[in-house]
Amino acid sequence: MTTHDLTAGAQPEALPLRAAGRRWGEDGIKLVLALCALVSVATTIGIIVALVLPSIEFFREISIVDFFSGDRWAPLFEPASFGVQPLLVGTLVVTFWACVVCLPCGLGAAIYLSEYARPRVRSILKPALETLAGIPTVVFGFFALTFFTPLLQDLGVGVNVFNVLSAGLVVGVMLIPVVASVSEDAMAAVPQDLRDGAYALGSTRLQVSTRIVVPAAISGIIASYVLAISRAVGETMIVLIAAGGIAQIAFDPREQQQTMTAFIGATGIGDVPTGSIEYKTIFAVGLTLFVITFVMNMISIRLVRRFREIYE
Amino acid sequence: MSVPADTLARSSQGDRIRGTAFYALLLVSITIGFLLLGVLLVDVVRKGIGYVDPTLLGEPNSSDPNEAGAGPAIRGTIYMMLLLLVMVVPLGVGTALYLEEYANRDRWYNRLLEINIQNLAAVPSIVYGILGLAFIVRGIGLGRVLLAGAVILTLLVLPTVIVASREAIRAVPDSIRQGAYALGATQWQVVWRQVLPAAIPGIATGSILALARAIGETAPLLLVGALTFVSVNPTLLGSFTALPVQIYQWIGRPQEDFRLLAAAGIIVLLAILLTMNAFAIWLRNRYQRRW
Repeated sequence: MTTHDLTAGAQPEALPLRAAGRRWGEDGIKLVLALCALVSVATTIGIIVALVLPSIEFFREISIVDFFSGDRWAPLFEPASFGVQPLLVGTLVVTFWACVVCLPCGLGAAIYLSEYARPRVRSILKPALETLAGIPTVVFGFFALTFFTPLLQDLGVGVNVFNVLSAGLVVGVMLIPVVASVSEDAMAAVPQDLRDGAYALGSTRLQVSTRIVVPAAISGIIASYVLAISRAVGETMIVLIAAGGIAQIAFDPREQQQTMTAFIGATGIGDVPTGSIEYKTIFAVGLTLFVITFVMNMISIRLVRRFREIYE
Repeated sequence: MSVPADTLARSSQGDRIRGTAFYALLLVSITIGFLLLGVLLVDVVRKGIGYVDPTLLGEPNSSDPNEAGAGPAIRGTIYMMLLLLVMVVPLGVGTALYLEEYANRDRWYNRLLEINIQNLAAVPSIVYGILGLAFIVRGIGLGRVLLAGAVILTLLVLPTVIVASREAIRAVPDSIRQGAYALGATQWQVVWRQVLPAAIPGIATGSILALARAIGETAPLLLVGALTFVSVNPTLLGSFTALPVQIYQWIGRPQEDFRLLAAAGIIVLLAILLTMNAFAIWLRNRYQRRW
């Protein structure tokens, strides 16, 4: 006789809430989903292996000291020379001019969206900024080469047909939405109480923005800056199209210069034979680029996490 | 007692000037981007509109700018978009479901997974091109084919799709999950019948925006060899080209007419992208649910 004697005090065994058997289907699903997640891990490992293995072979032939201390980059010429400094300087100059535009404008746009814009204006401007962020870089490159450079020439800035100034400034405009959106997220996370308190003490909107909101959101703002710099360093198409193809150490932005990304792009297009030293330079320069952007991305991720921890 | 009132008035006037100046600066910073966007659109349309015709949309490339078209490139881009959709959405949503619904956040490997995805989202696109060149084109010897391009673009925008899907899944309130569990649903039944349907608008919006970003990418495709002359319809394992790559090739030509052709190609590319963006925004506004 099966009893349902609930007073017996043996409920867990008598009335099992769990399914009788292990649900293999459920476990299988979890496994499949975890495998999806593993694809992104495999991508990272793939990137590292793809960059490091050929680079090791490269540095067997070219000493790593010569690579970083050499000031002449001419891998395709005779005699070949593998000093990466010209490419680093080219990248640095482009990044500098991009920052001149995107750091102040991005922050200004973020403050406007977060502290000044009415909800209706905001709901129009935010998607519009997303649209700007969605314009392909090849289009910006075309614009820099065929509109902005001639414009600079008309304005009396004696720029070359290919020049770093035009490319850098256009990269900067492209990055305004990047700075604006990450900074604005950080400002949105600042508690309203802080603003209300400042207003109650008689602060103006300017004072609340610059003395309360910006300092409180500073880690997020710096994160957006680091991210934008990392993006400028990694930007390829605009510099490939508009900044020219001569690797030289020149701080004059009116001249043409090659960046790390532009070198990889220009060399990767051609049918470079696998295993040749020219082929391996792609990976050595790529590894340098990856390490630089990786360090900056990690800094940025840390900083974003910090403001999230403080206010959320 | 008029003195304090006077000081208040004077200081507030100075504040007002500074406030106005600051406001003007903010307006300038947000306008610069839109100004450039406007100038860019007008400039591109002015240069390229004359070349937007059936030749551009249907014919293959040619050395004569009046006969050159982007037909195979446009078809290559569309095929790649379909391949991307098939690959990136299941992978992205699967990863997002794992992280949001299954993963235990206290485990180190799950935290590492999250940081890994955040980092991948910021790796320069040309590095993905190097990955494609090393592993897919030369490593496993697939060659410079459409599938290689699609795989690389999939990996490139996978983090974007994951982040968007996670946000959509996180926005589904827990009460819905608890309700389903209370009725005896298994975890997968909860996910498949409650969470996913509620998160679909957000996932769709994010995926369309990611797709739009992918088909505008040029640099990684250059490295997997999309810069070739293709006259026939692209096939999965055949050589291919894509619209942004075709535009880049035209920009590099010395003749002025090819610049105009490039502008025409840009009009087509932007038309496709802006349509996708508008559709995504419409989808978001139409189906977004507030819980």
